[in-house]
Amino acid sequence: MRIPCPFCGDRDAHEFVHRGDAGPTRPAGEDGFFDYVYLRDNPAGPIAEHWYHAQGCRNWIIVTRDTRTHEISGARYARDTTP
Amino acid sequence: MTRFSIFSLARNALSGHRHWRPTWRDAAPRDAYDILIIGGGGHGLATAYYLAKVHGITNIAVLEKGWIGGGNAGRNTTIIRSNYGLAGNTAFYEWSMTLWEGLEQDFNYNAMVSQRGVLNLFHSDGQRDAFARRGNAMRLHGVDAELLDRDGVRQLAPYLNFGHARFPIQGGLLQPRGGTARHDAVVWGYARGASDRGVDIVQNCEVTGFLRDAGGAITGVETTRGRILANKVGVAVAGNSSRVAAMADLRLPIESHVLQAFVSEALKPVIPGVITFGAGHFYISQSDKGGLVFGGDIDGYNSYASRGNLPTVEDVCEGGMAIMPMIGRARLLRSWGGLCDMTMDGSPIIDRTPVEGLYLNAGWCYGGFKATPASGWCFAHLLATDRPHETATAYRLDRFATGHPIDEKGQGAQPNLH
Repeated sequence: MRIPCPFCGDRDAHEFVHRGDAGPTRPAGEDGFFDYVYLRDNPAGPIAEHWYHAQGCRNWIIVTRDTRTHEISGARYARDTTP
Repeated sequence: MTRFSIFSLARNALSGHRHWRPTWRDAAPRDAYDILIIGGGGHGLATAYYLAKVHGITNIAVLEKGWIGGGNAGRNTTIIRSNYGLAGNTAFYEWSMTLWEGLEQDFNYNAMVSQRGVLNLFHSDGQRDAFARRGNAMRLHGVDAELLDRDGVRQLAPYLNFGHARFPIQGGLLQPRGGTARHDAVVWGYARGASDRGVDIVQNCEVTGFLRDAGGAITGVETTRGRILANKVGVAVAGNSSRVAAMADLRLPIESHVLQAFVSEALKPVIPGVITFGAGHFYISQSDKGGLVFGGDIDGYNSYASRGNLPTVEDVCEGGMAIMPMIGRARLLRSWGGLCDMTMDGSPIIDRTPVEGLYLNAGWCYGGFKATPASGWCFAHLLATDRPHETATAYRLDRFATGHPIDEKGQGAQPNLH
């Protein structure tokens, strides 16, 4: 699996740390915190997920990937996401 | 049913082995059952077996989307052990080990249960303390555990890398009653025992949706082989639990990850039991055919692909070379990947769900095989009585919300680190 880092270009997945589903957003208050921490859609199909380019540019990025095939359809900086 | 014995073997040998019958019945689905079990793997079939044998409930169907034992039951590294340290786990896995010890006599099938020992190596003073504590917890619960020093380990496995500069072997925690079993035979044995008691095992029957009444309770399932009614449905589809739960509008504290396993060419007997590396993640045993069966960490990203990537292959092999340099001379024969239901605390779920009539057996992470007998026993108990079995009371679905996770590794809610 090669991940198209927006800063470094195509790099081996070995250089990255996988953080998980980028879908859940941190709620402002206590409500929804259990969902945020513990529950996942866990889709069989496309997923947007956080990866950290630990052994590269050290950017947090959001990669769109199909969990059935490992095919990657895009990657962008996580900071570009409006919270 | 034909009872297998030395006499049945001799009788069939004398008649040229032409009269063996299929071990279990490949059934067509009927319209309705008392209980449906989704998933014809080890856990689902064990559940059906114990429902029939222990609880006398035989109007059951096991629905399998492919062929029985074709999922993780056929993709694991066949290790059985009960070396858990946390309350909630220890008694459950020891119950599983107890069932393993009597399994072949119980279902009259050779599952090749071999108690050849499981040895966890430690490589530092701190790790020795942690392993000693776990061993003591096990012994207090009646589980066998022995803390070996370096010489004790050397006697068992003199070829390990005792001179490793960074991770010297200080000793190991041995569970002599641990070992391996023949994974396919476990599936077939449970299938045979269930089928003989009247359970329908339905293959090529994928569940595509749940039928529910006005109040939301389960009344049956839609499948690729038609509609089947039942007021109780048990889900035992670890690896795909989230997908099946989603059909009932449930979200689970589970992610699906891929775990790879490997086998080498066949070698003469060299590894006596199961040996695990404590400084990296690597475990190895030798099959009766002679192949070295080994594995390591999950790949670490969500996956339903049943195959992994090369960095993990390299990582596992590096772990092997660090602890057991001699295996560098062996050639890798095959590798494969299985889907793991990774929960948020690394422990399983055997519980009712918020949906009336829907019961969940899930979240086995990468350790489901050893749990097969107790998982079936406890899930059957839950389905039959609506109460959790005494060894599985901690495996609640709501434990994450109430603050009672069972985090054996102490990693927190990060599934790819368990």
